[in-house]
Amino acid sequence: MAAAFPVSAYGEAIARHKRFVDATKEWRKAEDPVRRKALDAERKALSGESHEQYLDGLRRNIARAMQAEFGFRERLTRFWADHFTVGRRAAILSDAISSYVDEAIRPNLAGDFATLLKAAVTHVAMLLYLQQASSAGPNSLYATKRPDRGLNENLAREVLELHTLGVEADYSQSDVRQLAELFTGMSFEPGEGFRFRRPFVEPGEETVLGRSYEGGLADIHAALDDLARHPATARHLARKLAVHFVDDTPDPALVDHVAAAYAASGGDLTATYAALLEHPSAWAPERRKVRQPFDFMAAALRALDASGSDLVALPRGKTHGQLLGPVALMGQSWERPGGPDGLPEEAAAWVTPQGMAARIQWAMRAPQALTGKLPDPRVFVETALGGTASADLTFAAGAAATRAEGIGLVLASPEFQRR
Amino acid sequence: MASDLSRRGFLGRSFALGCSAAASPLLTPVTLASAPWDNRLVVIILRGAMDGLDVVQPYGDPVLAELRQKLPVGEAAGAHDLDGFFALHPGLGDLMPLWRAGELGFAHAVSTPYRDKRSHFDGQDLLEAGTGFTPGQPISHVGWLNRLLQAVPGIEAETAFAIGRETMRVLEGPAPVSSWWPDVRFELTPQTRQLLEMVSAQDPLFRAAVGQAAEISETLDLEASGAEAEEGMEGMAPTMQAKPGKAHVKVAEFAADRLRRDTRIAAFSITGWDTHGNQKAALKGPLAQLSETILTLRAGLGPDWGRTAVVAMTEFGRTAHENGTAGTDHGTGGAMLLAGGALKGGRVWADWPGLGPGDLYQGRDLMPTADVRAYAAAAMQGVFGLDRDVLESAVFPGLDMGGVGGLIR
Repeated sequence: MAAAFPVSAYGEAIARHKRFVDATKEWRKAEDPVRRKALDAERKALSGESHEQYLDGLRRNIARAMQAEFGFRERLTRFWADHFTVGRRAAILSDAISSYVDEAIRPNLAGDFATLLKAAVTHVAMLLYLQQASSAGPNSLYATKRPDRGLNENLAREVLELHTLGVEADYSQSDVRQLAELFTGMSFEPGEGFRFRRPFVEPGEETVLGRSYEGGLADIHAALDDLARHPATARHLARKLAVHFVDDTPDPALVDHVAAAYAASGGDLTATYAALLEHPSAWAPERRKVRQPFDFMAAALRALDASGSDLVALPRGKTHGQLLGPVALMGQSWERPGGPDGLPEEAAAWVTPQGMAARIQWAMRAPQALTGKLPDPRVFVETALGGTASADLTFAAGAAATRAEGIGLVLASPEFQRR
Repeated sequence: MASDLSRRGFLGRSFALGCSAAASPLLTPVTLASAPWDNRLVVIILRGAMDGLDVVQPYGDPVLAELRQKLPVGEAAGAHDLDGFFALHPGLGDLMPLWRAGELGFAHAVSTPYRDKRSHFDGQDLLEAGTGFTPGQPISHVGWLNRLLQAVPGIEAETAFAIGRETMRVLEGPAPVSSWWPDVRFELTPQTRQLLEMVSAQDPLFRAAVGQAAEISETLDLEASGAEAEEGMEGMAPTMQAKPGKAHVKVAEFAADRLRRDTRIAAFSITGWDTHGNQKAALKGPLAQLSETILTLRAGLGPDWGRTAVVAMTEFGRTAHENGTAGTDHGTGGAMLLAGGALKGGRVWADWPGLGPGDLYQGRDLMPTADVRAYAAAAMQGVFGLDRDVLESAVFPGLDMGGVGGLIR
């Protein structure tokens, strides 16, 4: 389904970013008013193209989730994109986060976690978001010449705290510092993409969690491999998977079972998912999770049998008004997270007065605006809930004053919003 | 469509009605009852770890300029002298009239009990829980403002309001509170509202949220809030999609509006303080938001500003040394802002630890010499007349306020 609704390559954004940077540089120096105006127009056009790419990421990812034959794959993509959250940093490139997800996350969902970890952590989008790209060892060749330049701990801290071990694991500030020194060299070159800058590399060995590394890209990969295999990582990921897919407060036995499968398989994700799905507590009948806003929209449009190709063709204004604005008001700003820890999981974080107001408002209006034709609410209540709608909901769908309100009531109901 | 839908729940759960047992902070409907006090408290959580050494610069300490080459300090760099030792970052310059009027003050070299892992998320959780810290022990999800509400009789949901898009753990817990984000537009006919309440009736979490949304929306002036926001979103220029500089003013206006009615405690967040790189530029936005927020509260509260205290606090400070990318990394001790017409301000409260290598916490961070909770407690002691032992046991368990006090007129 991803192939049916392709997202442009990250490389396109890198090329656009370079043109933007060059135009800006020239614009700053240019004195001729005609040339300045032309350069300014070029910058605006590039920003506009870039923004269109950002909107396209949202439209196409919703279309994929709506039409996916294997919904689990789409849900895993969103789960890992959130685990390896990237948000706004550099203009233009921050509009290509969907491309990062397609390159670093999507192809690595079913292999071993180490491969996914390395792809995400060394991707330019991540290096820029967590400011690794400009970090240089305090004793590196570069910092010796430019004493004002040096280390930035941001990525190293989040790799340990969020991406691998988890904050409860036994690591120290020294491990953060050493990993940050080991990470030096991973950088970005405008127009090119990833570049390993030898002069940024901190000389000497680094010791992370008791293991020594020489430095350089091969050793960075080795350190990430070691972190992926760490028992704390198994527990951290098992818990996150159980919380996201099963229950805000999962059965400890489920977490143990998933962590054991991760450890026994050496971090194989397919084996890990299988453990999650085979455990009895994943099959409890209650719908314990509340759909996150993106999932809610996709599920609603899927239930409405909306067309993915129509959605992908949605113009800019409608994309803002019916998708981008509402999903943000529901609490999930598309590719603009509040921080690298990504989205909250607990139901109470989403089912707030303001969050519900945004969901209800969207449920009552967007189906008409996005599909143009509304089904009979008395039929929709059956199809949307697979024949399990409560008597109250069935009554309400039929009692609504308008078709739009009837559809809205079904979509806004707890029965539809939970899963 | 039926086959599509049968795949919808990939875990294969049945579609039986889910009755969540999740505890809701919102079980009590909003009522317009009078609050137990006449004074007001605004708590602002500055998320991302504000660099206290840049915002309230101890420029009288000669070491500061050595630590900060890319982050110029003091009056030469445009900062406003406060007391000959501390200077206020130019980004908060619009607040200087408040400083001169005694309506602005700062506590410096303060921190929560959180130490060493320097995680934003644990740091914020502890700041909002207001408890002590034992490494490896889970952090309570009940916020200190909620414990305050539990300790006082006569609290209604309307008494305390969490505002904006961020979850405000500082207010969460068993005592009833309200929440809203003024960017959200919400219109329902009475009949649809009734049907909506009916379909949500079996799910306590949804029932409470829907009920409260409907109640709050009835008190909103739609022309002034949401209608304009939705239109704005539709026709926005690409660079305007985040509506910079607007959302925080709406939050402050909404807070002031509620505080002029029956609300006595408002809490919200200002984000963007995590300045690992190019801090000089990165601090501009959040400082402007903080400054405009306080000025908006002051204007909106009108005569009630004199009965209001504002405390703005962050999860921890940042490294004393700037880092290698013209920013600062996660640290420990930091600064807290206090404001309001009720404040006995115009001073920086600090037991200054110094910035020399032997003075820093673990050789890298400003050494905390006071607990940030003590200043929040002293503010509440002053505005709400709470007993010290309630503050030290119920609100902030285990806190020793020491000699901190006398913050409120």
